[in-house]
Amino acid sequence: MSDLLDLNAVEARKALIKKSISAVELTTAYLGAAEATAGLNNYVNLTAEHALSMAAESDKRINEGAPGLLEGLPIGVKDLFCTKGVTSTACSNILRGFVPPYESTVTSNLWNAGGVMLGKLNCDEFAMGSGNETSVYGPAINPWQGSDKVDLVPGGSSGGSASAVAARSALMATGTDTGGSIRQPAAFCGVVGLKPTYGRCSRWGIVAFASSLDQAGPFTRNVADNALMMSAMASYDLKDSTSTKIPLQDLMGALDRGVKGLKIGVPREYVMDGMDNEVVNLWEQGQAWLREAGAELVDVSLPHTKYALPAYYIIAPAEASSNLARYDGVRYGTRVDADTLDGMYEATRAAGFGDEVQRRIMIGTYVLSAGYYDAYYLKAQKVRRLIKDDFDTVYQTVDAILTPATPSAAFPVGRKIDDPVTNFLNDVFTVPANLAGLPGIVVPGGLTSNGLPLGLQVLGRPFDEAGLYRVAAVLEDAAGFTFKAARIAGGGS
Amino acid sequence: MAVDKTIVAKIARLARINVPDERLEPLAAELNGILNWIAELDELKTDHVAPLASVTDHALPMRDDVVTDGNCLDDILSNVPESASGFFVVPKVVE
Repeated sequence: MSDLLDLNAVEARKALIKKSISAVELTTAYLGAAEATAGLNNYVNLTAEHALSMAAESDKRINEGAPGLLEGLPIGVKDLFCTKGVTSTACSNILRGFVPPYESTVTSNLWNAGGVMLGKLNCDEFAMGSGNETSVYGPAINPWQGSDKVDLVPGGSSGGSASAVAARSALMATGTDTGGSIRQPAAFCGVVGLKPTYGRCSRWGIVAFASSLDQAGPFTRNVADNALMMSAMASYDLKDSTSTKIPLQDLMGALDRGVKGLKIGVPREYVMDGMDNEVVNLWEQGQAWLREAGAELVDVSLPHTKYALPAYYIIAPAEASSNLARYDGVRYGTRVDADTLDGMYEATRAAGFGDEVQRRIMIGTYVLSAGYYDAYYLKAQKVRRLIKDDFDTVYQTVDAILTPATPSAAFPVGRKIDDPVTNFLNDVFTVPANLAGLPGIVVPGGLTSNGLPLGLQVLGRPFDEAGLYRVAAVLEDAAGFTFKAARIAGGGS
Repeated sequence: MAVDKTIVAKIARLARINVPDERLEPLAAELNGILNWIAELDELKTDHVAPLASVTDHALPMRDDVVTDGNCLDDILSNVPESASGFFVVPKVVE
């Protein structure tokens, strides 16, 4: 069984098409892996029967000589995606038991390409968090451990997705990224995660958090697998008015093009107080790797970087307070009865939303309320313009930007924090790309002295995902990251 | 621009979230922590900066004015907490 789990997606695809393995065998191995690592709590709903029937269909199509791009490959889905006939809850009590009668565009694309759905993956409630600790199903656990063997968070919000790919209980997984929710967990779990350009993947059928920032993307074990999955995920979609018609580039073809002649920006503002030395060292190492591969490293300035996080914590809650107004106990989800309509709304939403979600709805409501709108919301939108202008200026001279992914490695589950702002700081290097709508990819670069993965982030020009994969492939090659997490299926404890 | 108990109660009311009295004070402290940190933005002069609501460059697409979906009452009611005769049921709002 562990032999099957050793195959990456590109290898598994070859073996399936050669018929040296079957999709049912591969899916069975992953379902077994998910059961063997159930203690990581990264699945909230393992849909074994559904997976096996999809795998059988894949085998049929392979036998008929008509395999799709992801034919027979087992994929986990963040519980933020609506999946037809399969409970989809955003890991919130307010959507407990919600069974969508429709399928999100992104997951439709994956199944149309032959992908096999293993089940739904844990995440922060409504994707609001950086540690997967706000989920109503309890925290997902990072399969990596330091020498003290303490349980660590997988990052968030797509923590279950990163944990499952790192633990080998999913070959690939979907995530969403509003302020770093794909890239930060990818860094914490030593896997590859891409946040595409805003508009690249359809948002239709994904539970909305902050609609001007939300973007779906793939989690995989390596860069080539990521390009493969992304090639199937993205599409123009009439049902999402922000979806782009700009054609997707040849992503697989970008992988071996190298970085010779590319100009890579190194933004001097991507440092912060209390940042681990090991993070700085890896960043410098990443610059050296790219230079050795023939890229030109350029010192650049993104002067408004430090304002991105506070601007984000106005814009994202404002959009969330509006998006989450739909959870009213009338049409679906949890209802708590009361004598009056308003009483029913208030009781339902108090019981249905967790503390972090309530806090963000309240912040959003406040910054949008009469008398405060200009001081907060309008101000944040102006700062957003300045941040986007910073990037536009830099991209006149460089092709991509190299930064650290996170200020530190994964932290312990249940870490006590009095000040909610401390948790927000996890996203300091990832949030600017969401505000500017830019694509970003995180690649594992090395381990800390305590044995935990650290990631490098590459940011690109809008709709230049191929450029990101070029740089990411070179970094992956140079890093030679072959370390495995402590708690993986088919090995470890 | 610090928020106090009264303002928190007002926000909770606007957001239609029932917040018990004993939570108002702690929530005010948490929200103030976030709002004080956000106030860092005041350092920036933005008088002549146009606000950015979306990074999408393209104009909103126009769709053909035709029916593309519908006749799916059962789907719409499939997750409803309470319904009667094909309608959503809510507490009485009109006397």
